[in-house]
Amino acid sequence: MTDATANADTAAATPPTHEHEPLVVTRPIRLEFDYTPGASTSPFLHKVEEREIEGQRCPVCGKVYVPPRGSCARCGVATEERVPVETTGTVTSFCIVDIPFAGQHVECPYVCANVLLDGADIAFQHLVQEIDAHDVRMGLRVEAVWGDTAMPNLASIDHFRPTGEPDASYDTFKDAI
Amino acid sequence: MSTTGSTRRDVAVVAYSQTPFVPKAADHNEVELVMPAVHDVLERTGLDSQRIGFTVSGSNDYLMGQPFSFVSALDGVGAWPPIEESHVEMDGAWALYEAWVRLQHGDIDTALVYAFGKSSSGDLGRVLSLQLEPYTTQPLWPEPDHLAAIQARLCLEGGVVTHEQMAEVAARSNTNGFHNDAVATSTAMTAAEVAGQAMAFDPLRPSDIGPVADGAAAIVLAAGDTARDLSDRPAWISGIAHRIESHAIGTRDLTTSASTRLAAQAAGVGDPASIELAELYAPYSHQEVLLAEAIGLRASADINPSGGALAAHPLMVAGLARIGEAAERITNGDADRAVAHATAGPCLQQNLVAVLEGTAR
Repeated sequence: MTDATANADTAAATPPTHEHEPLVVTRPIRLEFDYTPGASTSPFLHKVEEREIEGQRCPVCGKVYVPPRGSCARCGVATEERVPVETTGTVTSFCIVDIPFAGQHVECPYVCANVLLDGADIAFQHLVQEIDAHDVRMGLRVEAVWGDTAMPNLASIDHFRPTGEPDASYDTFKDAI
Repeated sequence: MSTTGSTRRDVAVVAYSQTPFVPKAADHNEVELVMPAVHDVLERTGLDSQRIGFTVSGSNDYLMGQPFSFVSALDGVGAWPPIEESHVEMDGAWALYEAWVRLQHGDIDTALVYAFGKSSSGDLGRVLSLQLEPYTTQPLWPEPDHLAAIQARLCLEGGVVTHEQMAEVAARSNTNGFHNDAVATSTAMTAAEVAGQAMAFDPLRPSDIGPVADGAAAIVLAAGDTARDLSDRPAWISGIAHRIESHAIGTRDLTTSASTRLAAQAAGVGDPASIELAELYAPYSHQEVLLAEAIGLRASADINPSGGALAAHPLMVAGLARIGEAAERITNGDADRAVAHATAGPCLQQNLVAVLEGTAR
C-alpha cells in the first residue's frame, strides 16, 4: 500500500510506465501448530466434555479462575487447587450485537454477555438467549444450556438462558467486573 | 562505550534461574512455562514484582503459534498493581540489554528479565524461514540448518574451520551438557564419535546442530549497592553491546563474524588473556570457532562449560541463558572475568557481547 502511494505521488513528475507499476506478490503461507492448552486448562476442558465446570483457586487472594490458565494474574502465583463451580451464574455485563458479519451463526440482534458462574470470581464471555435481547440486564440470573455434543471447549455450552430467579444485586458481582 | 564508564552506573546480574531445557514441554502453556524460573529468581533475591523497578521479557509468539503469549506470560509475574513492563520480540539477551539501559536512567535499582520459548508446538524450520527476505529468499523456504550448512562449507573450504575443530566443539558441548542437570537434550560423546556420524545437512552432522528445546529462564539485574545487598558476589556487567549485519545473506562474509568482533570491542573485552570463561550462543559447531576468533578468546579459555546451545537450543532463551550461566560462574568464584554472547537471525546475523566481572570497576 505504501509503495503504491509513493508511486502515485511521483506519478505527476514521471508518467507511469508498465515497468514502474508496483508488483504485488501473492504467496500463501501455512504454518501448523499443535497447541496445548496447558496443565491447568486441560483438566478444565475435560470437565467441559462431561458437562461440568471447574476453576482453580488462587492460594493468595482466594479468587477462583474460570477458565483456569494456571496462574492468578493479580498475584502472579500458580493456581493448583481445582474447584468445582455451578453451571448457573449472573450476567455482569453484556452488549447487543446488531451487525451481521461473515461466519455469524446466531441471528441478530443477539446478546454477548460476561457470565459469572456461581462459585467463580472471574467472568467469561458467552451467548444469552431464550430472552429478547433488549430485556437482558446486568444481574440477570442465567443457566448453561449444553449442546447435543460435548467437546473439550466452551462451545459445548450452546448458550445461557434466564433461570427466572430474581436478579442478583450489584453488590454480589461488583468485584468481578 | 567503555571510555564513558565514569558516567555509567554499575549494574550486575544478582540471580539466574532456568527451567530444564527439554525437547517438548508438552503439558505447559506459556504461563506455566515461565512461572518456575521467574518465581525462583525472585525468591532467591527476596524480591517480588512490586519491588522490581522494571520488567522486560523476550519471546516470539510464532514459535508456539499462540497469539499474545507474551502478554499471557505476564500473568505469572504479578502485574498488579500495574508494573512498568516491556517486551522484545527477540532472545531474552536483548531484553536484558533493554533492562541494562533502563537501569542507567538512575531512578530504579532492580530489573527482572525473563525469556521463554516453546518451539516444539510448530515446525521451527519453517517458522524461522519466514524471517528471511520475503520476495527472493523466503519463497525457497531455506531453514536455519540449511543456511548454517552453507556457512559451514564456506568456512571449511575457506580454511577458517576444520572438521576436527567442529567435532571437538560438538563433543565437548554435548558432554558438558550431559553433566548439566538442567539440560535434557544431550549425551556425552567423543570427537571420534561425532566424526563417525552420518551427515545430517552435509557438512553438518547431527551433533554439529544444537537440539531444539523448550524452556524458560530469568535474571534479576541490580545497580550499585542494591546489587551488593542482593548478592555476596554480583556478576558486574562491565560492558554490553550489540551489532547487526545485513538481512541479505549473499552480501555477508559468512566465514567470519564482523558484528561479534565490533560488539566485543564496544563491550570492552580488552585483553583476551583476562577472559577465563566464555558462554557463546553457537547453535552450530563451526559457529563457536568463528565466535571465539571474533572475540579473540585464548585457547585456554573455558568455553561453554554449561554445554551451550549445542547441548540445548531453546529459542529466545539460549542467549539469556548464556549470560546467566556466565554470571553464575562469576558469582560462585569459578572466574573473575567472563564473556557472554548471544546471537539472532540466520548464520550469526546479529550478535550481543557482555563482559561480566567479579569486581566492580
